[in-house]
Amino acid sequence: MPRRNVPTPTLVFEKSVPGRTGCNLPKADTPPVDLEAVLGETRADLVLPEISELDTVRHFTNLSQINYGIDTGFYPLGSCTMKYNPRINERTAQIPGFTHLHPMQPVETIQGALQILVGVQDILKEITGFDEICLQPVAGAHGEMTCLMLIKAYHEARGDAKRTVVLIPDSAHGTNPASAARCGYAVRSIPTDAEGVTDLGALEKALDDSVAGLMLTNPSTLGLFEPNIEAVCAMVHRAGGLVFCDGANMNAMVGTTRPGDHGFDCMHLNLHKTFSTPHGGGGPGCGAIGLKAHLAPFLPTPVVRKEGEAYVLDEDRPQSIGRVSPFFGQFLMEVRAYTYLMAYGRERMADISRYSVLNANYVMARLRDVLPPAHDRFCMHECVLTAKRYKQYGVRALDISKRLIDYGFHPPTNYFPLIVPEAMMIEPTETEGKDTLDRFCDAMIAICHEAETDPDLLHAAPISQIVGRLDETAAVKNLDVRWRA
Amino acid sequence: MNNPPDLKYTKSHEWVRLEGDVATIGITDHAQSELGDIVFIDMPEVGRALQAEESFGTVESVKTVSDLYAPIAGEVIAVNEALGARSELVNTAPFGEGWLVKVRVSNPADVDALLDADAYTVIAEA
Repeated sequence: MPRRNVPTPTLVFEKSVPGRTGCNLPKADTPPVDLEAVLGETRADLVLPEISELDTVRHFTNLSQINYGIDTGFYPLGSCTMKYNPRINERTAQIPGFTHLHPMQPVETIQGALQILVGVQDILKEITGFDEICLQPVAGAHGEMTCLMLIKAYHEARGDAKRTVVLIPDSAHGTNPASAARCGYAVRSIPTDAEGVTDLGALEKALDDSVAGLMLTNPSTLGLFEPNIEAVCAMVHRAGGLVFCDGANMNAMVGTTRPGDHGFDCMHLNLHKTFSTPHGGGGPGCGAIGLKAHLAPFLPTPVVRKEGEAYVLDEDRPQSIGRVSPFFGQFLMEVRAYTYLMAYGRERMADISRYSVLNANYVMARLRDVLPPAHDRFCMHECVLTAKRYKQYGVRALDISKRLIDYGFHPPTNYFPLIVPEAMMIEPTETEGKDTLDRFCDAMIAICHEAETDPDLLHAAPISQIVGRLDETAAVKNLDVRWRA
Repeated sequence: MNNPPDLKYTKSHEWVRLEGDVATIGITDHAQSELGDIVFIDMPEVGRALQAEESFGTVESVKTVSDLYAPIAGEVIAVNEALGARSELVNTAPFGEGWLVKVRVSNPADVDALLDADAYTVIAEA
């Protein structure tokens, strides 16, 4: 594997040469101001780098070349839905009529922006089967927490103060227990049975009048659709609890089936996963929520809706949990999501889930001889495989993932879900073609062969990058993100 | 996996060494191998009374955070202070220098009910 031909990166400060400039500023037409007179004592060591324009361009271009993203290669990071973000989204999000808005403008001057928000809400209502959508939460976990706040407000409004517990299956996303704890709930874990689905017997036993609700990830983190979903919702409702759907895996359901029809009371969506707004460093996120009418009185304010011909911001909601975000959430993310939804259109919407499920099953089928699935049945938008058999050669899932970097691919998610030993969770998404999936599967098969014949190759990986195997323990224990010691 | 025959074990991968009425408790070689590099251990206070199977702390690795469960009831009389700076001892010497806590057990006979090395090995290798 050839080492990539990129210069070892240095900080822009290290490229600084005294006296060098990168821009010609016009002669000042205002009198100079003595900084210390205005700010007090200043620090001479806080300096800007002195660097030419060309060196600045090279600096950032070279850094961008050692980045890896969906625009440079396949990114099958399970649970993250790293699909292509269409360029047209960026074009609409840069329309000056949107970018030059101020959130405190009079409402009659932002009718177009509110029309977009209502448009996104209406389409997401149709896709999810919920009565109301709120776009305010700015991350998936923020959406989870907002839903739990609604559930709490619902019980309190009914004078039902005894519900202090939230049930969470052990195949749920890791943020679920954190969101529940943040809302002051005690968490009770529900085991997954041998088939990889929620254990109904254990759920029945855990249900009593202390249960405020259940947080269920569907499809679960095992990549499996919960076959008893309607029964699960009915059981929780009988005990007086409400049911939240973690919608991080919505990509498996778009246009095909609707959580609102399964019996859920509320859910969150990750627009930055399912609806193609930028992800990771490109963020910010949007954790929109959907809810049934019985939770609507508690919706965060302002509620954006159409009244006659006008779009209004409804603040007059006495039972509201209040704002969960400054202003309206991440407005330009809604513009991107709206563009994506409109570009697909109602007729083609189901292609998202159909192709994402097809791609995951194709990868699972091609890899099953070297990496068997944790649960051998038709999977949804992602497959969870186990690398357990390579332990006998001293090779772990992490080693396989690191070696995959040498083959030019981003690794899948490792060691999650926790209930699968040596888990490798692969989510190809619908935007990859068969040729890419084949190159990826060929690489995985070759690496599994290397694991048996030359395990040290995997232990040393990656060898093709500007750095080798990073010391993850030291990174956790001695975190140091400063330039100077 | 080499599980010392003189120790007792739990299904949740803790080990117990009983000397008089003092039990030393740690996690097994199998547990540390599954967890990966351990970076932090949240220990109980000395003097805390533990019930059998109660969670008494957590162990955090680069992969995950796991609960630690008390194999038997008793009072914590010491915690392994060395792990604060050198949590990797649990990886390198799980049955030795990487011990977690010492407990004065309420009923030493309880230890007999725990798994022996052979029975635990069957579970760990399943």
